[in-house]
Amino acid sequence: MNSNSSKPDDFSGSKPKNTALKLVLAAVAMFGFGFALVPLYDVFCELTGINGKTAGPVERVEQWVDTSRTITVQFITTNNAGMPWEFEALQEEIEMHPGAWTQVEFWALNPTANDMVGQAVPSVSPSEAAEYVQKTECFCFDQQTLKAGEGRKMPLIFSLDPELPAHVKKVTMSYTLFDAGAFAK
Amino acid sequence: MTTATASHDDHGHHGPAKGIMRWVLTTNHKDIGSMYLWFSFAMLLTGGVMALIVRAELFQPGMQLIRPEFYNQMTTMHGLIMVFGAIMPAFVGLANWMVPLMIGAPDMALPRMNNWSFWILPFAFGMLLFTLFTEAGAPNFGWTFYAPLSTTYAPSSVTYFIFGVHMMGISSIMGAINIIVTILNLRAPGMTLMKMPLFVWTWFITAYLLVAVMPVLAGVVTMMLMDIHYGTAFFDAAGGGDPVLFQHVFWFFGHPEVYIMILPAFGIVSQIIPTFARKPLFGYASMVYATSSIAFLSFIVWAHHMFTVGLPLQTELFFMYATMLIAIPTGVKVFNWVSTMFRGSMTFETPMLFAIAFVVLFTIGGFSGLMLSIAPADFQYHDTYFVVAHFHYVLVPGALFGIIAGVYYWLPKWTGHYYNENLGKFHFWMSFIGVNITFFPMHFIGLAGMPRRIPDYALQFADFNAIATVGAFIFGFSQLIFLFLLIKTIRGGEKATDRVWEGAEGLEWTIPSPAPYHTFAEPPHVK
Amino acid sequence: MYFRTWQRLSSVVLGLVFAPAAMADWGLNMPVGITEVSQSIFELHMLIFWICVWIGVVVFGVMFYSIFKHRKSKGAVASKFHESLGLELLWTAIPTVILIAMAVPATSVLIQMYDTTNSDVDIKITGHQWKWQYDYLGEDVGFFSNLTTTTDEIYNRTEKGENYLEEVDNHVVVPTGKKIRFLITSNDVIHAWWLPEIAVKKDAIPGYINESWALIPEGEEGLYRGKCAELCGVQHGFMPIVLEAVTADEYQAWLDDQRAGKVAEAAAALGDFSYDELMVEGAEVYARSCAGCHGTEGQGMGTIFPALAGSPIALNDMAGHIDIVINGKPGTAMQSFTAQLSDVQIAAVITFERNAWGNDTGETVTPQMIIDAKK
Repeated sequence: MNSNSSKPDDFSGSKPKNTALKLVLAAVAMFGFGFALVPLYDVFCELTGINGKTAGPVERVEQWVDTSRTITVQFITTNNAGMPWEFEALQEEIEMHPGAWTQVEFWALNPTANDMVGQAVPSVSPSEAAEYVQKTECFCFDQQTLKAGEGRKMPLIFSLDPELPAHVKKVTMSYTLFDAGAFAK
Repeated sequence: MTTATASHDDHGHHGPAKGIMRWVLTTNHKDIGSMYLWFSFAMLLTGGVMALIVRAELFQPGMQLIRPEFYNQMTTMHGLIMVFGAIMPAFVGLANWMVPLMIGAPDMALPRMNNWSFWILPFAFGMLLFTLFTEAGAPNFGWTFYAPLSTTYAPSSVTYFIFGVHMMGISSIMGAINIIVTILNLRAPGMTLMKMPLFVWTWFITAYLLVAVMPVLAGVVTMMLMDIHYGTAFFDAAGGGDPVLFQHVFWFFGHPEVYIMILPAFGIVSQIIPTFARKPLFGYASMVYATSSIAFLSFIVWAHHMFTVGLPLQTELFFMYATMLIAIPTGVKVFNWVSTMFRGSMTFETPMLFAIAFVVLFTIGGFSGLMLSIAPADFQYHDTYFVVAHFHYVLVPGALFGIIAGVYYWLPKWTGHYYNENLGKFHFWMSFIGVNITFFPMHFIGLAGMPRRIPDYALQFADFNAIATVGAFIFGFSQLIFLFLLIKTIRGGEKATDRVWEGAEGLEWTIPSPAPYHTFAEPPHVK
Repeated sequence: MYFRTWQRLSSVVLGLVFAPAAMADWGLNMPVGITEVSQSIFELHMLIFWICVWIGVVVFGVMFYSIFKHRKSKGAVASKFHESLGLELLWTAIPTVILIAMAVPATSVLIQMYDTTNSDVDIKITGHQWKWQYDYLGEDVGFFSNLTTTTDEIYNRTEKGENYLEEVDNHVVVPTGKKIRFLITSNDVIHAWWLPEIAVKKDAIPGYINESWALIPEGEEGLYRGKCAELCGVQHGFMPIVLEAVTADEYQAWLDDQRAGKVAEAAAALGDFSYDELMVEGAEVYARSCAGCHGTEGQGMGTIFPALAGSPIALNDMAGHIDIVINGKPGTAMQSFTAQLSDVQIAAVITFERNAWGNDTGETVTPQMIIDAKK
């Protein structure tokens, strides 16, 4: 199978080179596609509301307040392993109407002798409620730096979209605090 | 090794090289097939010893023999070695030996790549096994290596593990490409796709699965590597990642992987039953379509391994329905095998015994699989011994019995000698009894509440654990009968005919036994 | 023991023939459980099981008949038939119908299991390596729950207790007749909280919150035992769960007790403690909260968990010793223990560690020193 003749099934020069070129281009395209997936996933998650995460900061828009129902919103905090900060919600539970803008506060304190960077990661329960949580300001948007011994209050300003399904009467917003030193920006 | 010698129409070859370099440099599909098979047997015994250590510790409640940290290494390595070192290479070995013979080709399409595909493996597994002797110890996070246990909390051997997986993955991908190219290009004239033996079909489909999903495995272990060493956060919520992402990517590989481990066995059994029933395979076209359906469905069911992770309701329902659907083509195959036997004229030599046991016991594994697919019930089964029972039934009396059946079936062709039938039957009965005593009780302890991957258990699980351990030792030591029989047969025995078995059909039975070193230098014509 | 084993073996054979509820007693089957959901799941499980049994009987029946009748040794002559479109369609259609029949009840049970709305009690469950933490939302009650089976029992130095590996210091107490919502997360790796009798199993994932629910009917008060169901490291098999279901009134009383206990604990920290009292308490705390990683003799484990016996931090650096127990050590598996241990317990365990196993520093760490260190 190594003829140089011009029989119909001979594999002279250009065919293998063509194939190789095409394959290299395909590999490069796939690599680029991998990078393109980052914005593509953002679009996909936003469209479908999958993954129980809350979206980034939104414009504060005055919207219709649904006074016909009251939603109980709970706030819970968890420290991930190796994160010794004091971290708690100053209000454990509030009642609010969908559509109303509300502010609550959290307290964080770094008791160690070193400056530290923390990142709070939000999670909403029930997960179907996540796409209806609208935040204009949240300490979870950015990493928070606290010097040794420093403590401060951190605000969360949010609203629940009035489109929130009728059967959801209680929403739990959970924040897990991680030591983000390894990912400090 | 084969006792294959050069035949005279060799176009001036002087036969196989002598000494160790024959094996290092060979591009001959028979030699490479044999190497894969011996390698996989060595890995089977290694993984088997690890299983016996696990079962010995579980013989009684309490920690008697080993500490929990070593136990986790044993369960992890047992899984990795068996999946990637025993079952997969064994099927590749059988493919290497038999696919060219079955399609009338002189060798695989890419013989040098074939050599490399094999030789990567001893190095990959040598590296993995070597981690057992380091201070940090071998991987201990389960063969499914979920993050962050396998990233942030992993021992330093995780890097060797990742490297080993990459190497083994490259071997599989190259092997699969070889199979696809060989089957598409080197079939003898007249052998259309729908005339190929079913073993060739199932390996053809398996090869596509391998090419599709092994890169995904490579992707997930590379993401792990990045998280561990290069400060990324794919699976770390602290940096914006998600541990559940790991599970999605892993199981997108993992589910087709388990079909990669069974489809070739379906093919082997579909060769053996018609031979010993002296009747053509019932529903050939159906079998091809059913295998293809199973392969396609295998891509859309991965999250049934993740029912308790917190998936949204619609997602959970979708995966439940898709998983249940797989029962249909699988059932069709079982009915077709039974219909092949029905009104046949059966004899029960060892390959047939293993093939029949496969059909019965794999089906039992399939039933527990159907139960697992019911998502609400799975909340009680997930991560218990019920799952361990399920997958051991489909892998041991499933895949492994399929491989053993194939070896017995083709051994006379490879060696030129019939094996000792009484010894073969003895091996079968000990294995059959051992495998059931080991794994059937696991259904009960799983339902009663015993989780997986624990080195010690509450007292109510003691009796069945003791029974399972006894079974494991019976099954494990029975494989030494097989080893003895293989060596004995290679060295001598009653001379085998070309056809070997009365009811055998196919191109592989038209060449002498033992198969000459080079075969089908001229393609045969298939009607 | 052997008679019981044979008894169980024969019961396996008989159990395959007899009624499912009886099988549950012989430890052969899933528990029926105490809630409506667990019963629905049990019924679903048995339905699928019996369908599989009957399909198996039919298919294997035909097969074994064939093995018996269609053998060459009996003179059987092979037929030639090898395909039938009608048969293929039939045995594709019938299983499809059976599967749809299974999918309908399965769907409705799953929908029920996903409905966590309108709960009366919310409990946050955090998985740690290797214990559970419970916080009752809105009640100011929270505690850790550790395995209390001793290492002596595990390593066969003493006889095993009746609830070997299934007993903990603090039960998770819940009221009957009320809907309880579980919010599950993890502090480190993935764990899973599983209680078979209420059919609740959910993965505990670091950074994310999962939810599940249960409603234990009145009349089902009692103790129910569960396990961690996701490999989470060395002690994965040693972090069980004990749920104590009590009446609604008893539950309220228990909540009050817990709150009072916390107040008393804080007050006690201001009192006087002798060296001996601290050593006794410290030994207990050590066995329960530290020995899992640092070893029963303070010997440590491999390269990951350092030895405390003869270690510089236990012999010299008292301030560092106190700091590391209170704040943990970032980047390692050493947690902050403030949430799990009271000031008295921390003082006691540090005192113990500085004097046990030949460390003999003679030093006493008081609860007041812990309070001061936290300021």
